[in-house]
Amino acid sequence: MALQSLDIIARSATTTPSPQVRETMKVAKLIDISKCIGCKACQVACMEWNDVRDEIGTNVGVYDNPADLSADSWTVMRYSEVEVEQGKLEWLIRKDGCMHCADPGCLKACPAPGAIVQYSNGIVDFHQENCIGCGYCITGCPFDIPRISKKDSKAYKCTLCSDRVAVGLEPACVKTCPTGAIVFGSKEDMIHHAEGRITDLKSRGYANAGLYDPQGVGGTHVMYVLQHADKPELFSGLPKNPSISAMVGLWKGITKPLTSFALGMLAVGTLFHYVMKGPNEVSKDIEKEFENES
Amino acid sequence: MQVTRRQFFKVCAGGLGASSMAMLGFSPNDALAEAREFKLTRTTETRNTCPYCSVGCGVLIYSLGDKAKNVHGKVTHIEGDPDHPVNRGTLCPKGAGLLDFVHSPNRLKYPEYRAAGSKEWTRISWDDAFTRIAKLMKEDRDKNFIAKNKDGATVNRWVSTGFLAASASSNESGYLTHKVVRSLGMLAFDNQARV
Amino acid sequence: MTNHWVDIKNADLILIMGGNAAEAHPCGFKWVTEAKAHRNAKLIVVDPRFTRSAAVADYYAPIRAGSDIAFLGGLINYLLSNDKIHHEYVKNYTDFSFLVKDEYKFENGIYSGYDAEKRKYDKSTWGYQIGKDGFVVTDPTLKNPRCVYQLMKAHYSRYTPEMVSDICGTPKDAFLKICEMIAETSKADKTMTIMYALGWTQHSQGSQMIRTGAMVQLLLGNIGVAGGGMNALRGHSNIQGLTDLGLLSNLLPGYMTLPGDAEQDYKTYIERRAFKPLRPGQMSYWQNYGKFFVSNMKAWYGDAATKENNWCYDWLPKLDKGYDILQVFENMNNGQVNGYVCQGFNPLASAPCKVKISGSLAKLKYLVIIDPLTTETSEFWQNHGEYNDVDPSKIQTEVFRLPSTCFAEEDGSLVSSSRVLQWHWKATEPPAEAKADPEIIAGIFFKLKEMYKKDSGAFPDPILNLNWKHRQPNAPSPEELAKEFSGKALKDVIDPKDKTKVLVKAGEQLNGFAELRDDGSTSCGCWIFAGSWSEKGNLMARRDNSDPFGLGQTLNWAYAWPANRRILYNRASCDLTGKPYDPKRKVIAWDAAASKWTGSDIPDIKADSPPEEGINPFIMNPEGVARFFAIDKMAEGPFPEHYEPMESPIANNPMHPDNPLARYNPAARVFKGDWETFGKADKFPYVATTYRLTEHFHFWTKHSKVNAIMQPEQFVEIGEDLAKQKGIKAGDHVRVRSNRGFIIAAAVVTKRLKTLTVSGKPVHTVGIPIHWGFMGLAKNGYITNTLTPFVGDANTQTPEFKAFLVDVEKV
Repeated sequence: MALQSLDIIARSATTTPSPQVRETMKVAKLIDISKCIGCKACQVACMEWNDVRDEIGTNVGVYDNPADLSADSWTVMRYSEVEVEQGKLEWLIRKDGCMHCADPGCLKACPAPGAIVQYSNGIVDFHQENCIGCGYCITGCPFDIPRISKKDSKAYKCTLCSDRVAVGLEPACVKTCPTGAIVFGSKEDMIHHAEGRITDLKSRGYANAGLYDPQGVGGTHVMYVLQHADKPELFSGLPKNPSISAMVGLWKGITKPLTSFALGMLAVGTLFHYVMKGPNEVSKDIEKEFENES
Repeated sequence: MQVTRRQFFKVCAGGLGASSMAMLGFSPNDALAEAREFKLTRTTETRNTCPYCSVGCGVLIYSLGDKAKNVHGKVTHIEGDPDHPVNRGTLCPKGAGLLDFVHSPNRLKYPEYRAAGSKEWTRISWDDAFTRIAKLMKEDRDKNFIAKNKDGATVNRWVSTGFLAASASSNESGYLTHKVVRSLGMLAFDNQARV
Repeated sequence: MTNHWVDIKNADLILIMGGNAAEAHPCGFKWVTEAKAHRNAKLIVVDPRFTRSAAVADYYAPIRAGSDIAFLGGLINYLLSNDKIHHEYVKNYTDFSFLVKDEYKFENGIYSGYDAEKRKYDKSTWGYQIGKDGFVVTDPTLKNPRCVYQLMKAHYSRYTPEMVSDICGTPKDAFLKICEMIAETSKADKTMTIMYALGWTQHSQGSQMIRTGAMVQLLLGNIGVAGGGMNALRGHSNIQGLTDLGLLSNLLPGYMTLPGDAEQDYKTYIERRAFKPLRPGQMSYWQNYGKFFVSNMKAWYGDAATKENNWCYDWLPKLDKGYDILQVFENMNNGQVNGYVCQGFNPLASAPCKVKISGSLAKLKYLVIIDPLTTETSEFWQNHGEYNDVDPSKIQTEVFRLPSTCFAEEDGSLVSSSRVLQWHWKATEPPAEAKADPEIIAGIFFKLKEMYKKDSGAFPDPILNLNWKHRQPNAPSPEELAKEFSGKALKDVIDPKDKTKVLVKAGEQLNGFAELRDDGSTSCGCWIFAGSWSEKGNLMARRDNSDPFGLGQTLNWAYAWPANRRILYNRASCDLTGKPYDPKRKVIAWDAAASKWTGSDIPDIKADSPPEEGINPFIMNPEGVARFFAIDKMAEGPFPEHYEPMESPIANNPMHPDNPLARYNPAARVFKGDWETFGKADKFPYVATTYRLTEHFHFWTKHSKVNAIMQPEQFVEIGEDLAKQKGIKAGDHVRVRSNRGFIIAAAVVTKRLKTLTVSGKPVHTVGIPIHWGFMGLAKNGYITNTLTPFVGDANTQTPEFKAFLVDVEKV
């Protein structure tokens, strides 16, 4: 398939430079939280389109179901009841999922060649055939998005419906959204659309309404309009200044050549370990370490 | 950037396996990254209406094959109809999940019968079902039909059998149901508009 | 809906009360977000719960479940006492100036004519003063104390903001803020729409709640205009259509009504329904009742319906009383019902008081289920452990379960809430042996007909003569049936103005109900659907979505009843001279040059009648105007009055603390033995309300895996105060008990349910979603209607699911 709209501009664990000549339109999805009614149509449309079905879970005392992202739930609604002003309840409902960072930490962290790619339109996509299930993408992601499947030990996340976008369609969640809280277009248009929404929100008393397009990850191709852009953490812990973990930078900058050359032989053993036992336990330790450090 | 000695070690140890695998020739292949193929390309598209609430959203049903004689046109995907003036392509979580309603393992497939006092269903044929139901209805109607009330007024009603109609069924089904139900003289007749 | 989904975008203010559109009708709710985004509209939500509609509202106020009339009554008082009404509109297009009989009274919560024993009113005093000319006497100065305006003003003056707050628990400042916002729309160029649903219908005084909402809209001049209206958001995809087609105990298609026992004479039956105008020059469209009726009987009985036999009038069953679902289960419980057919209806789950429903079903001789899915009702006899603990060996009911098709497997039309008839096309074959409903109905009917032909039996005539001209008699096609309800000419239909002109040739499809005749020359199975399939073809299948006026009317998309009209009463959007009150939202206007009404919609008025002729907009009413004073149309009184729900958390009705008769709806029907099943606040102190969640549709989607994933397990919602009192944490399991049984569910503890102060005491609300049962892919759960009371609205008998009493404890 000639995926002209899906020219690959970056590829995990690959030193060969990607083609850079064609410049295609950057796309973006804009999620306007002030319009979101938390109906979960996006969750359903995502599962339906992508042919995944999560487990039928339980109710743990909240509306959130499934309770978290998983290899079968690439997007979830996160509900939080907050009183920003005394006595004025707000039910902030955030659709969580891959932000499609311009500078994707997952891709940088990924050691499997071609398991994570970035298209010229901005979509960051996982190609499970190449995934080795090490979980580094999780570590590298400042938004805690990818999940490893229990079924096949491979990482999954939102593809921004790259298969739909490739043929000129909008992602499934965008199409289905009943209130137009999710819109899709060129990144430029989405920023413009967001400006209009922010003006409207300010007129309705949300003085700190704003766009969430965090520059720490080079901006994102999934952006939010937030009623309280000064406090993104109100929205179920959206990070204020997300950036790629120091450890990923390290891996790319120093350790990669080092490990490649010096520790090459050891890899054979590790591979066999992986084949026999699945993802390396060490990666979990590293995750913990990162958490402690950050 | 501060990197502790411990971290450095861990990154080396943990990060090592996969990346160097590729260098050692264990890469799965050249890893031609490709998006998933678009799954609707030559499916058949049929326009329909969501059967749940009364917004009446237009839906597009995609089914396998091109309606050629030898194809079983199983429904593979349903999404909103962008031409529809009300929903404009959108669907709520119920409508967006219609595929799983159509294919629910709890769809009824055969006429079934449960005898008085029985613990189970048994399969019966449609003709048997129609015959036995009609017989039970006729027995009851013949026995309890009220042609005249106690004042001698003509009332022609049958109230010992009732009928609940489906407000998700089409106008055509509903119209036919009403016509038949009244011809039998039924009054114990309702639909979900009541509840 | 008087208006339609897309029209909501034309509103300046949206009031969602008695409904939760964002959750129950998300794709219709989009037009609220459009109005907000493009008209700078504001959204107000008034609800016992901070719902997902409230999550995107500009203003939210809590209200105690069941107290809406007090709130709206207070709003009427605010509008009248602050003079925030659309004067010209109410003066010309409502009954403001009509004089009411001197005998009509309202004292201490009770209207004149009450019989406490029978819990019924003699409504003879609830009427107009009629002059010698046969018309209603009016006082255009509105000074006469017996005019509707003065009576209404006095009636609602008692609903002070303090009283509202005391009854509803809504903080007074919140109530007044909402009054102010709503009052703004009394201006001619501002409109509000009201969106409501089962949050208003499912009360013992539900119909009157809706009336109060409609009265507010009339005072503001918001009926008949773009962006206005009273918009009932119907629950099921074709609940509108089935109601239009009259599938209810007392109805015939097109809102015609069955005769009662006393109506032995055909002529009198018609005359009583063919209302003569009550004001000079009014259309009183029901005058054409005879045409609708005869055409209907021709559709049903064909050649057997003749002038000589009064078009088979005697073949219709006559009513000694209404046989609504509650009455039928009451009869079943008393052993008076032997057979029951449930076609796509799951009463064990959706009717109140499960123990009574279950016990009643067990008394049936036979039960027939026609459904695409395995319903709880179909297995009422089966033991499903704690969720349906019955002994099958003791249940002697024979049960048939017949598989029917679902939407994807059939052609046909559905009527949306917008009154739009939309055709859909079959995409695939049904599973295994499942059959479409018309085939199943035909299958049973044909067996019956054969048996009656062979052995005769009780009154076989209507069965043997039922009009059944289908190419495949065992499988009537949707096309044939649609043409039949739309109607055709049996003989040439002649233009009454020009006898030489044939409007429709014999055998052709009719263009609309104006062509119906009462001489047997036309056949039409549902007069309001007339013209939906004309000689131009199937208009329900039209797909031109163009919107030339930008108001969203899309007149060439499918077909709206009546007459493809999208906004009902649209004549009221213009002043007396035929000019739109708001030219920017022109629905119609009088075009003097062309001598007709034109605009973005089909005019809801005689198309060529100039404004000077004075035909008023409410053409179905013999008065020609809208009624604030309901005369004898409602069971519990001409003006809505607040009464407590049948199970109330407070000791009396604060409006009438000294009159126990006026505590509950005085006209609500309660069956013998059911009084005892009602709980009292000492044992059941919390107000419960049941509802749908956006992730699920009634009891269907628990069979759909992806929806089961979205909300997998039964839960109830409890406010933080109550949870703290009871030691309940989020995720704990709780037992919720009413006087009729209990359910066990996970607890969602939330800030969204606030403790209200009602009548001086704290009142907690417990929210109970309805979607679980013992069949399906979601986790099994208790049927919520285990808890609900067996009592309905006094007019419609719709059960009181929205306000009753429970107790809660941690399991």
